Amino acid sequence: MIMEMDPEVTGKRTFAGVEDSVMPKALSVDRLRRLYGDTVAVDGISFDVGQGEIVGLLGPNGAGKTTIINMILGVLEPTSGTIRIEDADIAVSRVQALERTNFAAVYAPLPGNLTVYQNLRVFGLLYGVEELPERIEALLGQFDLKRLRHARCGVLSSGEQTRVSLAKAMLNRPRLLLLDEPTASLDPAVASDIRTRIHEFVTRDRAGVLWTSHNMHEVTDVCDRVLFLSHGRILIEGAPGTLPRAHGMETLEDLFIAVAREPLALKRT
Amino acid sequence: MAPFHRTAAIVLRQFYLMRGSPVRVLPIFAWVAVDIVLWGFITRYLNSVASPGFDFVPVLLGAILLWDFFTRVMHGVSMAFLEDVWSHNFLNLFASPLSIREYVGGLVLTGIATSALGLLTMVILATTVFGLSFFVYGLMLAPFLLVLFLFGIALGIFASALVLRFGPASEWIVWPIPAFLSPFAAVFYPVATLPGWMQRVSSLLPPSYVFEGMRAIVAGGAYRGTTLLFGACLAVLYILLASWCFTRIHRHAVRTGLLARYSAESAS
Repeated sequence: MIMEMDPEVTGKRTFAGVEDSVMPKALSVDRLRRLYGDTVAVDGISFDVGQGEIVGLLGPNGAGKTTIINMILGVLEPTSGTIRIEDADIAVSRVQALERTNFAAVYAPLPGNLTVYQNLRVFGLLYGVEELPERIEALLGQFDLKRLRHARCGVLSSGEQTRVSLAKAMLNRPRLLLLDEPTASLDPAVASDIRTRIHEFVTRDRAGVLWTSHNMHEVTDVCDRVLFLSHGRILIEGAPGTLPRAHGMETLEDLFIAVAREPLALKRT
Repeated sequence: MAPFHRTAAIVLRQFYLMRGSPVRVLPIFAWVAVDIVLWGFITRYLNSVASPGFDFVPVLLGAILLWDFFTRVMHGVSMAFLEDVWSHNFLNLFASPLSIREYVGGLVLTGIATSALGLLTMVILATTVFGLSFFVYGLMLAPFLLVLFLFGIALGIFASALVLRFGPASEWIVWPIPAFLSPFAAVFYPVATLPGWMQRVSSLLPPSYVFEGMRAIVAGGAYRGTTLLFGACLAVLYILLASWCFTRIHRHAVRTGLLARYSAESAS
């Protein structure tokens, strides 16, 4: 299958010979809402992530990004709305939905008292990975972790821990991959390396990715489409290459700052 | 993939932890060994000063052995849970396809393995050093252990649920629960010794039926199996209640955001 990429124009990748309309979305979020008491954390948002598409979820601290990710992962119940991973509604078919999902987040490191191999084996069993030893070996090679297989995760550097988390996140070849600031606190070389590996995974497995980051250069580099969140709402969305100019800004970073400072001046487009 | 692969993952994680860390294995043997040695010498002393004919070994040392077994079962389940608290692993676990039943099943299997090791240590010490013979209890020994085992599991699940509800700072709750219960469970004295209100509490505790039965058998009297069966049914009921409690608290944690905050601050 040949992949045609032109995110500047379409904002997403499509696969030659496959009608986009017949492919189930990797993620479909419909009128998702989350309240904490009287505080609205997520305010009735709807969006989707297509197969083979990388969508950036952007916004200032407290915009609701992590709340959305927690709801998609089933560890936080929405006040209302639905979340479907392919054809599985997480509220109804939690196991089926989560078997197709995985995630990596800087605030959810793997247990530091287990080795790299042990963690991958335990999580491989949790996700029901077939031919687990072979899959672990492949990921150890892919993420350059072979020499660290017997090292405890707690003693690894930030970059190494991120690579292990990503290896775990790809164990079950997820249809939906959630990445919450996967390159935070990494040096530029390691971050670039990580981005390349995620790109390879998406290209090969045609997974949908929801990616949060505060690094706008990174977002421009990897995302096919971005959603700007503010106060739990999607203010604007579009291709990162064209969106800034459409709103009179030079760069995505300028647009981010505008969203953070004057969200009311922007409306969803 | 085998049908119990997710439960196996929970057990495997605990196995890796113990294999890689002798300090985790030591308490399985150390405390029970200390108790058996201490109470072994106390019973030996009591036998030397008490009137001849009464043997304290099967009464006191047997009671200690059974009570320690119950404590090990409970702590085995709770410790496995606390390992996930300490390593901030809830988000990784509960964002996976793992169900609560599979998770609790894994904790219980871990508790079985660790308590079996503790029991083996106690039995070897008590029989070889202090001459405790399990033939004294006859065939009732197996149901005695079963009732204590079931109640230990129930309390282990319940204590874990409390920590899930009240957060990591509440882990201290786990440790003294057996000590709080021991006066009511009539480990060392007959239930009849207790005042009326304590006897009523005692009747709700499955271990009290075990220790009453143990003393009756050692004294040469009969002990009705149906009475112990009632204790076993109570223990099973408590397992069901504790599992229900854990599930409800997990559900509450998902609904309120408590579970997400165990590992990450949910933006609001």
